[in-house]
Amino acid sequence: MVQGIAERIKRYVAVVALTDSEGVVTPREVHWFDGRVYEVDEVLDVQRRASLKVGGFGLRYLVRVGKTKTYLFYEQPRWFVEEIVPETETVLQPRLEG
Amino acid sequence: MRPDDRHILHIDMNCFYAAVECLHRPEIRGRPVAVGGHEELRHGIVLAKNLLAKHAGVKTGEALWEARRKCPELVVVPPNYRLYQECSRRARMIYYDYSPCVEPFGLDEAWVDVSGSLHLFGMDADLVCREVSERVKAELGLTVSVGHSWNKVFAKFGSDYRKPDAITHVTRENYRTVVWSAPVQELLYVGPATRRKLHAVGIETIGQLAETDASVMRSLLGKVGEVLRVFARGEDASKVKEFDAAANDVGHVIKSIGNGLTAPHDLVCATDVKALVYLLAESVAQRLRECSLRATVVAVHVRDAGLSSYSRQAALDTATCLTAEIARAAFGLIARAEPLDGTRRLRSLGVRAAGLVRSDAPVQLDVFGDAAHRLDLECLEGAIDALRARFGNRCVRRATAISDEAMAGFDIKADNVIHPVGLFNP
Repeated sequence: MVQGIAERIKRYVAVVALTDSEGVVTPREVHWFDGRVYEVDEVLDVQRRASLKVGGFGLRYLVRVGKTKTYLFYEQPRWFVEEIVPETETVLQPRLEG
Repeated sequence: MRPDDRHILHIDMNCFYAAVECLHRPEIRGRPVAVGGHEELRHGIVLAKNLLAKHAGVKTGEALWEARRKCPELVVVPPNYRLYQECSRRARMIYYDYSPCVEPFGLDEAWVDVSGSLHLFGMDADLVCREVSERVKAELGLTVSVGHSWNKVFAKFGSDYRKPDAITHVTRENYRTVVWSAPVQELLYVGPATRRKLHAVGIETIGQLAETDASVMRSLLGKVGEVLRVFARGEDASKVKEFDAAANDVGHVIKSIGNGLTAPHDLVCATDVKALVYLLAESVAQRLRECSLRATVVAVHVRDAGLSSYSRQAALDTATCLTAEIARAAFGLIARAEPLDGTRRLRSLGVRAAGLVRSDAPVQLDVFGDAAHRLDLECLEGAIDALRARFGNRCVRRATAISDEAMAGFDIKADNVIHPVGLFNP
C-alpha cells in the first residue's frame, strides 16, 4: 500500500464530456459529489484498461487537472475514478489524485 | 508446422466467472471464491470457483454446503450473467482485431483462426498469442490460457495443457510428446463413458487412440469412434466459423429453443406446474418470435424431488410460436405422465421447442381450425413483445404465471444464458 493511502474506492462521478462528429468522447469537467467542479485541462492518454485497484473496465483517460494527473474511467455509460481514502485523516476528505 | 498449415488459437479465460467477480470486487481478492446459485431458490451449487477454492478441494457442480464444509472461509457470490456476457463480448472484440474468424465456445472460450493475419506479425504465432494474452489482461483484468496449433482440437488441448496465464504451442514437431502421451480423457469429447469403453480395450492415451485402426474404433464407438481417431491424429479439418452476432450470439443454425428452471419449492399440484410451465413457455415463445421461427415439436423435461428425470415430446398439429399453444402442449405432456395430485413432488421443469421452421414458411391450413383467430393471437403477442421490449419482460404477465408468489417475480427470458454449443454443427 502506498504511504498515506488507506485504500482506494470506486467513486462514480458526473462528467461533462464532448462527443465530436467522429464519436470521440473527451471529458471536460468532473463534478465531485460534494459540488466541487474540476476542469479537465488536458487528456494525456486514452486506452482500454481494467482498473485492478477498484474493479471495473472501460476506456481509461489519463487527464491533467491543474498540476495533478489522474485516471478517469469511462465504463459506459458511467464514469468513475479510483478515489483515495487517506490513511491518517479521520474525516474522509476525498481527493481526485492519481 | 508446414507452410500451408493453418494457425488456430484457442483462448480460454481462466476461472472465468470467479475471475470477473474478483476483478469487480477487490475486497474478495486473495480469498477462496465460488460463484454459487441462490440457495433459497434451491439453485445452491458451485457454478465456478477461483484457484484458491480449487486448491481447497471445491469442485464445480457440488452443493454449496459441501463446498463450505471443505473450505469454511469460502466466499460465495451470486452470479451476474450480464457482467459475464459483457466481459465475453469485450474479449471477442479484442480477438476480432486479429481475425474475422472467431468462434465462441461458451462465454469463456473461443477459437480464432489467425492464418490470414499472421504475416502482419512476421509469421510469429507466439507474438500474436502473447499480444492477445497481454491485451486481455490489461483491458479486462483477466488471465487467459492460449493454445496454438494447426487444428481446432489440438489448439483446445493446448489451452487446457497449462493454465492459468500460459501459452502452449502444439506443433507437428511436438504433438507426439505433448498430446499423444496425455490420458485419453483429455481429448475433446472423450467423457467418462467413452473413457470407460476405451479403457476396456486397453486404450489409455491419446496416442494409443490415434494408432488404433479406424475399423476397430468404429466397431467400438460407432461413427463417433472414427471422429475421435481423426481428432487424436490431428487431422481435424473443421473450419473456425465466422461469428455472427445477429444469430442470437450462437453463430450456428438453431435447432431448438428451451428454458428450464428449478422451482423455489417442490411442485405438487396442477396449479404449481401450470404456473411454471407458462413462465417457461412465455420465454420460449418470445425467443421463437425474436428469431422468426415456429416450432412443430414441444418437449418437456421433468425432474422429481428424488432427482430422477425424464423427457417427453409431442408433435404439434400446426407450427406455432404462440405462448398458450406451447404451454398447453407442454402441460398436456406433463399431465399425461404425472398424477399431479400431491403424491409426486417435482423439483424442476424444462420446456423446449424443436422441429423449428421459419415463420415465413408456408403453413398448411386446417379446415376445422380457426386460422383468423390464430393470426389475431400472433398479432396480440407481437404487440406484447413490443411492450416488453420497451418496458421490460414483466410489464405484461399472465395471471397463471403470477398465481405462484414464489415464482411471480422471475424473468426467465432475461435470465436466459446460452451455453456452449456442440462442435458438431453444420
